[in-house]
Amino acid sequence: MPLATSQAPALSGTWSRLHPLSPVARIGITLGALLLAGVSLVSGAQTSSGRTAEALVVAAVAVLGMVASVVSWLVTRWRVVGDELQIDTGLVYRQSLRFPLRRVQAVDVVAPLTARILGLAEVRVISAGTGHRQHGRLAYLSNQDAAAVRAQLLALAHGLAAETPEPPALPLFRVDNGRLIAASLLRGAWLLVLVLVAVGAILAAVDPTGAGGAVRQGGADAATSLITGIVTGLFALGLDAARSVNGDFDFTIGQAPDGLRLHRGLLQKRHETIPYGRIQAVRLIQPLLWRPFGWARVELDVARQPEARRQGEARQLAHLLAPVATLDQARWLVGQVAPGAPATLARAGAPPRRAWFRAPLSYHYLSAWHDARWLVTQTGRVRPATVIVPLEKVQSIRLSSGPLLRALHLANLRIDTAGRRWVAAAPCRDADEARALVDQLGGLAWRARRLSW
Amino acid sequence: MQYRRPSPRLWLARQAVLGLASLVLVVILGVWGGLFWGGPGGLAGIGAGLALAAGSWLVERGRYRSWGYLERDEDLVVQRGLVFHRLTVVPFGRMQFVDVTAGPVDRLFDLATVQLHTAAAATDARIPGLRSADAAQLRDRLATLGEARASGL
Repeated sequence: MPLATSQAPALSGTWSRLHPLSPVARIGITLGALLLAGVSLVSGAQTSSGRTAEALVVAAVAVLGMVASVVSWLVTRWRVVGDELQIDTGLVYRQSLRFPLRRVQAVDVVAPLTARILGLAEVRVISAGTGHRQHGRLAYLSNQDAAAVRAQLLALAHGLAAETPEPPALPLFRVDNGRLIAASLLRGAWLLVLVLVAVGAILAAVDPTGAGGAVRQGGADAATSLITGIVTGLFALGLDAARSVNGDFDFTIGQAPDGLRLHRGLLQKRHETIPYGRIQAVRLIQPLLWRPFGWARVELDVARQPEARRQGEARQLAHLLAPVATLDQARWLVGQVAPGAPATLARAGAPPRRAWFRAPLSYHYLSAWHDARWLVTQTGRVRPATVIVPLEKVQSIRLSSGPLLRALHLANLRIDTAGRRWVAAAPCRDADEARALVDQLGGLAWRARRLSW
Repeated sequence: MQYRRPSPRLWLARQAVLGLASLVLVVILGVWGGLFWGGPGGLAGIGAGLALAAGSWLVERGRYRSWGYLERDEDLVVQRGLVFHRLTVVPFGRMQFVDVTAGPVDRLFDLATVQLHTAAAATDARIPGLRSADAAQLRDRLATLGEARASGL
């Protein structure tokens, strides 16, 4: 794409601003909400003087927001020099961000609704390491520029020449939208609502036979509050389902030489790239209500900043390989990102029988096994989860045991990676075996690191 | 291979802190018992305080003895914990940085804690109670080893 590259002078080292429409895209939604609030406030006011006062306040807030986003646009500039992305921003607190592109974990393109209408998109550079307080965000660029910037940043991140065009991706997997909607509705929380409904029904049935009026009154009160609770719960569940459908609609994965390409989203489109080497762990989960249908979800863990504590952000950045897939598809997908991983349940890896005393419910699902390159652990009763960790990514190995476990001569084994979301846990192993495993895995991890270099 | 242990000074420091705390506890319990039930109550309070102090002393001793670390060719092993036993293995190549900290009590006894950080947030490799000179030495050694064997994420 030499044409697209020439359109973004920032890529050749000239300081440039973001797209001139960025302020509009940035406050688009807020402005809409503000207008709505203003209309309802104004129409609700009693006197005409109150009306004008409120209208003025709303207008002032809107203008302030406008000015702030325009100023933020004015003081923000960016460029790519050598193999570094540089962003200068901030009016009062000047901030100079430098992102060495070799450390880049992923480059995402995100287009929220307002930006999409204007033909804009945000480029998000996600780097590992703890030094930076935030991701590199270029909000917003035109669609064309965003694609060009992404291609160039990815090329630089892989140590290639900046002009290398984005390599074409082979379609790998597409999630059926009907199944996605069905799966989003099948949440474990429904069971809770069902229990609540059952309790409510029992209360309602018991109520008329209540002896005293006071008891009857109490029963009725409980029933009404239950119903309110159920309605709220249903609403929350519906919202949650809608959000996940919105986020993962039209989910497709492509396989490019440099990494996986993810495209997803209904209102807000996202294009994400995950370089193969950055994958820290793969997890396959089978939620309770999906099991009758034989569905599973496949997740990826990528090294990222500890800032993922901000939950909203963490959810947005969550890298799914497949929001829902059949078990066969899920296993096949795992095989694609973890070639040669022994992903099917090996009962040989089960902990000793006496582990049942410590984990009576999940004992049947506990398992851990490994070969020279991969470690696979399986845990969980309600949501059986299989975690696959490439041994070359192991950051540390931990062994722990409490009094009960020691009495049973067992120990818990944990494998940490630079991913932030889950650790591979092999609970209730035989203590001697676990101790031997620690050394064995340490050696294998060392060899795997050597080979991968 | 033999695990290396924190300096005996750590045990001294822990005992000093524990002793002070026990003294306060014994006085409070003694006075409290004496105020409510007279002489025998005071004695009982002192006895209870002493028993608690002895118990904590035993636990502290166990915890102190459980610490151990081992530098091997490619990794560092740290173990600790009396009731809940923990063992952590960190490959040198995975170390992001090493820090040495010393609180006020530590400084009084010329001690320091060496902590290893990896890219995984869950890693908890900490070696307390090293003589400051030893700690600085260990830190430098670990940093050198980490640099020599560093590997990407």
